Amino acid sequence: MKKKFKLQDLDCANCAAKMEDAIKKIPGVHDASVSFMMQKMIIDAEDDRFEQILEQVKACCAKVEPDCKILM
Amino acid sequence: MTEKQKKMLARILVTAVCFAGLLIGDKSGAFPWLGHFPAGFIAYLLPYLLIGYDIIWKAARNIRHGQIFDENFLMMIATFGAFGVGEYLEALAVMLFYQVGELFQNYAVSRSRQSIADMMDICPEFANIEQDGQLVQVDPDDVEPGDIIVIRAGERIPLDGVVVEGTSMIDTAALTGESVPRRASAGDEVISGCVNGNGILKVQVTKAFEDSTVAKILELVENAGNRKAKVENFITRFARYYTPVVTVGAVILAVVPPLVIGGGWGEWIRRACIFLVISCPCALVISVPLGFFGGIGAASRIGVLVKGSNFLEAVAEMTTIVFDKTGTLTKGEFKVTQIMAPEGDEELVLRLAAYGESYSDHPIAAPIKAAYGKPVEVGLVEEGEEIPGHGIRAKIEGRTVLVGNRKLMEQMQIPYVECRSMGTVVYVAYDGAFVGAVVISDTIKDGARDAIRDMKQVGVKRCVMLTGDRKEVAQATAGELGLDGVHAELLPADKVSRVEELLRQQPAGERLAFVGDGINDAPVLTRADIGIAMGSMGSDAAIEAADVVLMDDDVRKIASVVRISRKTLMIVKQNIVFALGVKAAVLLLGAFGVANMWEAVFADVGVSVIAILNAMRALKAR
Repeated sequence: MKKKFKLQDLDCANCAAKMEDAIKKIPGVHDASVSFMMQKMIIDAEDDRFEQILEQVKACCAKVEPDCKILM
Repeated sequence: MTEKQKKMLARILVTAVCFAGLLIGDKSGAFPWLGHFPAGFIAYLLPYLLIGYDIIWKAARNIRHGQIFDENFLMMIATFGAFGVGEYLEALAVMLFYQVGELFQNYAVSRSRQSIADMMDICPEFANIEQDGQLVQVDPDDVEPGDIIVIRAGERIPLDGVVVEGTSMIDTAALTGESVPRRASAGDEVISGCVNGNGILKVQVTKAFEDSTVAKILELVENAGNRKAKVENFITRFARYYTPVVTVGAVILAVVPPLVIGGGWGEWIRRACIFLVISCPCALVISVPLGFFGGIGAASRIGVLVKGSNFLEAVAEMTTIVFDKTGTLTKGEFKVTQIMAPEGDEELVLRLAAYGESYSDHPIAAPIKAAYGKPVEVGLVEEGEEIPGHGIRAKIEGRTVLVGNRKLMEQMQIPYVECRSMGTVVYVAYDGAFVGAVVISDTIKDGARDAIRDMKQVGVKRCVMLTGDRKEVAQATAGELGLDGVHAELLPADKVSRVEELLRQQPAGERLAFVGDGINDAPVLTRADIGIAMGSMGSDAAIEAADVVLMDDDVRKIASVVRISRKTLMIVKQNIVFALGVKAAVLLLGAFGVANMWEAVFADVGVSVIAILNAMRALKAR
């Protein structure tokens, strides 16, 4: 399943790249992209564990850039 | 400005006032204690904490998370270092200057993001559906194909569909860059993303929202950033090594010289701090993608979708363009292009042809009737008879009319003047005598010749045409357009092998583009370095297979895109050279003790701001 999320206060391009790398490493994530320009995140992950993976993604983002909020 | 930015601005202003006071107090000698510990330390520390608390907080938090070498950490170390060696004023100034730069950078990025977003603001917010005689606004996602939606004047068309009622002028500028509105009335197709002009339209939806043109385009634009140009990949890789290398350099600079040469630790630590301030590659990491983003935005403003920065980069290196003929250089619709009338009465020839063809459903009948332009009084025509492979024989007011090819004239033993024009020649005879001929052929698109000329002007070396048409027709078209080569009588599969052959002939570093209308040539579009498709206002196959989509099928835009891509690349390269140049210079000066912290902060955030402003020029490229 592929889903798009809006991001708020993603202030640094370097962090966006770091977030993307970190999210891609979460097991179950097929592909992910964090766009600094669009302030958007696209996650392609396994259907049945999507919610669970999303929690991990949130934790991941909070670690790299705690100011950045994922808008659901 | 956002809330966050406003808060930052307030902090900067307050700190700036404190800083000015301290500066005057220090330099005028009014407060001699300012230079000494602990009174001076505390006097500077308070405004420092006001301006820099978030930096220190973030640095500490990131270290806990294992993210050590970020800019916050580096700023903290650099300013702590300055405090450590007694340069209180400098520590405060640097933090202040850094925050000003960050705010600028933040503001510039959000502004540029906003202007790009505005330009691509084609997403419809709602659709109007009639329920129990009342208009209800619903999410376009909830409308299903077959539903009837109402679009009022000034509203954005939310879904693709066919007009069932009403007439209006439609503004397609957001999609095609075309400023002249198009007329739409019952039976016409309308495309989502366009803006309805003055009238009310009732439209039967033909596609669900996720399949509609606007959703497809938005997806393309959003994903464009994911296909990165070589330069971008280089910068990403560079950024990964740059920070650690500079940081290690700083450590060496702080430790080795004092041990080897001796002398004060303070001076070398100060120089090392300069290294740390410059160690963030932000200027590059932000400005390079922003430049490409701007270039893609500029292209979309003229109605050209570029599916990624890598393709924008490739377009700049394009030297060969291969065209499909029908639908690309020619309109793919047949028209009367010539009327031959030895007697001089062209109107009569056309009228007889139109009357003769009035019963026919042969493909040549429609263009003849269209060229005649007046209604045919069907009652006048009697005994219409089609002679397969030859033409038509009919009677008009008792006299025989023959409309057909050479064979028909020969069979009926009518002496005729042969017409050697390119295309399909239809001879007309009336009452046993030859009156003239009508030539029907595919017409060259408006501006196709200009397009080829413009492309040559921007540096495309070879323009080649591929077609399944007869050799003579192909060569005539190629000659008229000024093409460099033509390959005729090709089957769809041959096109791929021709393109592959041309690809082999390409020198390294030069690119080949294929331009097609997306029908039958998807494999060629994929095979070429750059596939350019006619969007045909919604042909899915074309949009899917191509790398660049011309939304209004205007081949003239290709030259503009080449110009935009060159300018974008130029800007990106300027930024790389500028940012790296300044950083390298300040690193060098810093190592030899010539540069101070101010220059270091300029090399960090100042360069970022300038690079961002420069990158924004790509958006205005034409």
